[in-house]
Parts: sequence; C-alpha cells; structure tokens
Amino acid sequence: MSEIIMLEVLRYHPETDSEPYFQRYTVPYQDDWVVLDALNHIKDHLDATLSYRWSCHMAVCGSCGMTINGEPKLSCHTFLRDYRGGVIRVEPLDHFPIERDLVIVMDSFMDKLGSVKPWLIPKQDKPLSSGEYLQSPGELGAFHQYTQCINCLLCYAACPQCGLNEDFVGPAALALAHRYNLDSRDGGKDARAEVVASNEGIWECTFVGACSEVCPKHVDPAAAIQQTKISASVDWLKDLLTPGGHR
Amino acid sequence: MARSNKPILWLPFAGGGLVAALITPVLILITGILVPLGVLHLRYETLAAFAHHPIGKLILFGAVALPAWHAAHRLRMTAHDLGLGGGIAVKTACYGTAGLVILAAATALIVI
Amino acid sequence: MSRRPYLRKVERNWWLQHPRYISYMIRELTSLFVGLYCALLAVGLVRLSQGHSAWDGFVANLSSPIGISVQLICLVFAIYHSVTWFALTPKAMPLMMKDEPVPGIVIVGAHYVAWAAVSAVVLIGAGI
Repeated sequence: MSEIIMLEVLRYHPETDSEPYFQRYTVPYQDDWVVLDALNHIKDHLDATLSYRWSCHMAVCGSCGMTINGEPKLSCHTFLRDYRGGVIRVEPLDHFPIERDLVIVMDSFMDKLGSVKPWLIPKQDKPLSSGEYLQSPGELGAFHQYTQCINCLLCYAACPQCGLNEDFVGPAALALAHRYNLDSRDGGKDARAEVVASNEGIWECTFVGACSEVCPKHVDPAAAIQQTKISASVDWLKDLLTPGGHR
Repeated sequence: MARSNKPILWLPFAGGGLVAALITPVLILITGILVPLGVLHLRYETLAAFAHHPIGKLILFGAVALPAWHAAHRLRMTAHDLGLGGGIAVKTACYGTAGLVILAAATALIVI
Repeated sequence: MSRRPYLRKVERNWWLQHPRYISYMIRELTSLFVGLYCALLAVGLVRLSQGHSAWDGFVANLSSPIGISVQLICLVFAIYHSVTWFALTPKAMPLMMKDEPVPGIVIVGAHYVAWAAVSAVVLIGAGI
C-alpha cells in the first residue's frame, strides 16, 4: 500500500453553488511531487471538474498562485514532502474574487498594472539614427531586481492593505513602476506619479513587508515602495519650494 | 487619482521614527531607571538652564515633538488596520492628541 | 454562462491569523508607548516651566511605583521600535558605493553605532 496524502481543496461553481466549500481528495504521495502535481492527479484521475491555472511548472510564469495552508505560494513551488503526514488545504489567492474553484478574477490587477505606465518613457525624443541607449552594468544593476516580477499576485494576497482596500494599487504594480523610475533610460517618473504617488498608491502601504516575504522571485516590492515614498516626498518638497520648477 | 499631499504627514513621521529610535530609549533609561535609582539627578537649575538656551530648546522640542507626531501618524494607520476606519474621528484623536503634546511642549519651552 | 465571482470577506481579526501579522501589529503598537512617553516628557517640560517645586514634584512622580512601571513598559517597546526601525532602514534607503550595493548589515550596524553614540552623549550630558 503506497503512501498517500490528503488535499482539502476549495470548490466553487457559480452555476450551482451559493458559496464555496471544501472537498477532500486522497492523492498518492511522492517525494518529488509538488502541490500542482497533486492537483493534476486529481483532475486527471479523480475529479475532472476541478479548475485551476498553471503553465510552466517551474516558477517563472506566475500562473499557479494559490493559498496553501494559509500561505500564498506557487503550487508548482510547494513540495508535498513539506506537508507529509498532514492535510494540505488548497484555496484560491486571498483578496481576489473567486471566479471558479481555484481561479481568481485578476482584472483589477491588470488595470492597476497598466495604470503605472510600465514602459520606457524617454526623457527626450530620440531619432533612430542617433543609435541605441547605452547602459552600464551599474545602471542595469540599479533596477534589475525589480524586473524579475512574474505577476503571480502572491504579494497582493499577502498584503493586508490589499485586503482592506481593493483600490490599493498594490506591491507588484508599484515595484514595476519603481523598475522604470530607476531605469537610466527612463524619464517618466512624473507621468507615473499621478497614480504611484496618489493616496491609493504608495501611501496606502504601511510597510508590513509580507509582500517581500512571499515573493518567489525576491523582487522586494516593500523596498521599492519605501524608496518611492522617499523620492515622492522629495519631489513634493521640491514642488512646494519651487512651484512648477522641477517639472 | 492625483498626487497626494501625504508627504506633509509622512516626512515628520519618518523623522520622528528616527529620532525616537536614537533618543527615546536613553531618555527613558534616565527618567525611568537612573533617576529613580539615584544614579542621576535631574536638578532644576541644570535643566532650566539647558532649556533656556535656544539650542537646548530645539533639542528638547525635537525629542518630544517628532516622536509624538510619529506615534500619531502610525496609530492613525493602525486604527485603520484594526477596522476602526480612517475617518475624521480617528484623525482628530491621533493628530489632535499629538498636537496637544507638541503645543504643551512648545509653550513650556517658550516660557522657560 | 453565468459568472458570479465570490469575494471572501476580510475578517476584523485578520492580523491574529498569522504570526507575521501579529508581529507587525506589535511593531506598530510600539508607537503607542513612544507617544505615551512623549506626553510624559511634555508634562515634564510644563512642570519645568512652572518652577522649582513643580519640577521636583514631577521628578518625584517619575520615581513612584506607577511612574517606574509605566516607563519600563515604554522602554521595552521603545527598544523594540529602535531594533525594528534600524532593520528596515536598508530597504528604504539602499546605498551604492562604486556601483556595488552596500550590504544591509553595514547600514544597520552604522545605526547601532549612532544609537550608542547619541546615548553616550545624552548620558554624559545628564551627568553620568
């Protein structure tokens, strides 16, 4: 009799259910399996009606974010062996509406991401003939860690302010804004400030730090936001002391 | 969405956090342990002379006002976290109390 | 096909449900005790402005059992504030030296040195 492990998975089918409920499954235990493997086993052999997102199975696509025993994690990055002998509770990410089973509605995040203008806004228009932007390793190093975000939304699930205020722009979007603000090729900090330095932007953050703790790519959005608070405050002072001057 | 004026609250909060971190513990050590133990004596003449000097006034004011503001802003945010909302009542309680503390300190220092 | 997204409510006691958030709440509540001590200092300054005997009364109250107990609690929380504040500084103010980031521990260490220096100056000034 080979070893098994129990999964307790949140189910929700809007066409039949008035609210979510938990369903238990018994799944083979394998040392090298992750929770995603267990979910795939459920879908392939036990219950084809279970819905969930996944893709790369290697923690680079950001699709499989879920709440596993109360913790926001990538299901492809969470090993069964760390829960051996127990019950693994699998739920959708916190702070997002549940579409179906483990699938969340992430439209609000897509809007927030777009709102911070996550693209290079050049300081001046440069014709193609003037050649490419040059960037030293040091200049790249200044923003490199903030390029690593895979939009997995674990940070939004971990952040209490995201739970308390659904309008909060949120860690990943603000970290991405910071990535562009720090890029030596970029001149768009003021254009982004309308959203980034608004009350729903950086100022909703109270530096809980949970976002950075759960980030699978070590982006450190908390650091990005605190640095932006300082930079936005300096800009605010400059505006106060030299009206219209620095822009 | 528009640029917020939060920095006016946040800058003194940040400064107050640093002042509180660097100075408050040693002050409590003095007033809460060393003076009761009799190791240090805060003599009226010495303290009044220090508070009479403009630099002394500045230092004493900074050591009281900035951490008080820090506490007010932080407790306002925490009240929101605890589900007490972010309305006018919370803001008045927090910044109002700090305001009274700061006003009391300022008035006393002006008089000394 | 009927969509009916279900948003789970955030409980009022959300912060009690994970050690990480309990820790955060304790960290934030340090400011209550820092603020309380500032109020105490403000009272002290008012007493100082009221003259010799008012000041002496204030100092006597500092040394009362209630005075000492309250201040000791404030001291514990004030120290925890310092420790957590210093730990977070490298994230808020990363430093670069010649294109390399200064290690966080150096930034934190510099704050502890400053803490010791300021404390020493205040203690010496107070007549230790």
